[in-house]
Amino acid sequence: MPRLLLFIPLVLFIILAGFLWKGLSIDPRELPSALLNKPFPEFSLAALQQPERILTKQDFMGQPVLVNVWATWCPSCRQEHAQLLTIAQTNSIPVIGLNYKDDRSAAMVWLQQLGNPYQFNIFDEAGMLGLDLGVYGAPETYLLDAQGIIRYRHVGVITEQVWQDLQNMIKGWGSVNE
Amino acid sequence: MLMNKLTLGLLVLFCSSVSLAAIDVYQFDDPEKEKRFQELAYELRCPKCQNQNIADSNAEIAKDLRTKIQQMLVADKTNPEIIDYMVERYGDFVLYEPRVKPQTYLLWYGPALFLLLGLAIILWVIRGRRQSKESTAGNGVVLTTTEAKQLDALLNTKKGKQS
Repeated sequence: MPRLLLFIPLVLFIILAGFLWKGLSIDPRELPSALLNKPFPEFSLAALQQPERILTKQDFMGQPVLVNVWATWCPSCRQEHAQLLTIAQTNSIPVIGLNYKDDRSAAMVWLQQLGNPYQFNIFDEAGMLGLDLGVYGAPETYLLDAQGIIRYRHVGVITEQVWQDLQNMIKGWGSVNE
Repeated sequence: MLMNKLTLGLLVLFCSSVSLAAIDVYQFDDPEKEKRFQELAYELRCPKCQNQNIADSNAEIAKDLRTKIQQMLVADKTNPEIIDYMVERYGDFVLYEPRVKPQTYLLWYGPALFLLLGLAIILWVIRGRRQSKESTAGNGVVLTTTEAKQLDALLNTKKGKQS
């Protein structure tokens, strides 16, 4: 029996090493959204391209949508733009833009030059909707279900792989509803 | 030449005063609120620059959060209300001091648990030693004749080498 006890340090070491090994592959910047499975916050903000049009949550509820937080000061947003255009072309899910703490004219030029994947853009100049949403930097993308509940938050660039994952999630809901 | 140095000096002086002003833009009518503002900004963590509090961070989001705290203080919100507001949006992550709840029991009470565990192990070891001593004292160690001869031989060889 005392012989077996000598293995305790080894066992402890293996457990610790296991935790540390796992820690290596965790990205500390990927925070789970505090609003996961909670309704998208209420808001009332002007549209980017039509300043006189006031947008609210009712403008996109009733179907699953992607809400993409972007800004012209954000280099990674430029990087993911092509993927957003691809998503828009598939017509599988509407992409709503949330133009975050940006300059209106610069944002309009951006959309003209790079193409516009968004159904419409919410213009959040002060960043207060972003604050309610728990945004801490662009780009971020939220997947909302038809009831306007936040189902997933992706921080960082939308890649082909992320889009695949999102599609799988949406397909998963479809089978639940049927 | 002298004028150039003088203007440069003034410029440096001017620049530094500007950067100091950027930290001090939050005005409060009540010194008590200003103190609370400092406290809150020091105990909330910036979600973007993860190892800084929002008082230290220059990230856009930290500025927004500072502004929000100031607005809420001016609107006579209490500290728990402000902290709840932040946690609702950014999660427990923004707290430098985690809340006590089932998920954090191990974090809060773990050290005490380990202390007790250590004490238990020490007691157990001491007890074991005492018992084994008592048992050897009672029985004694009896050598067989061959063992006694071997021991003698070993002791003798050692003596022989030393002399």
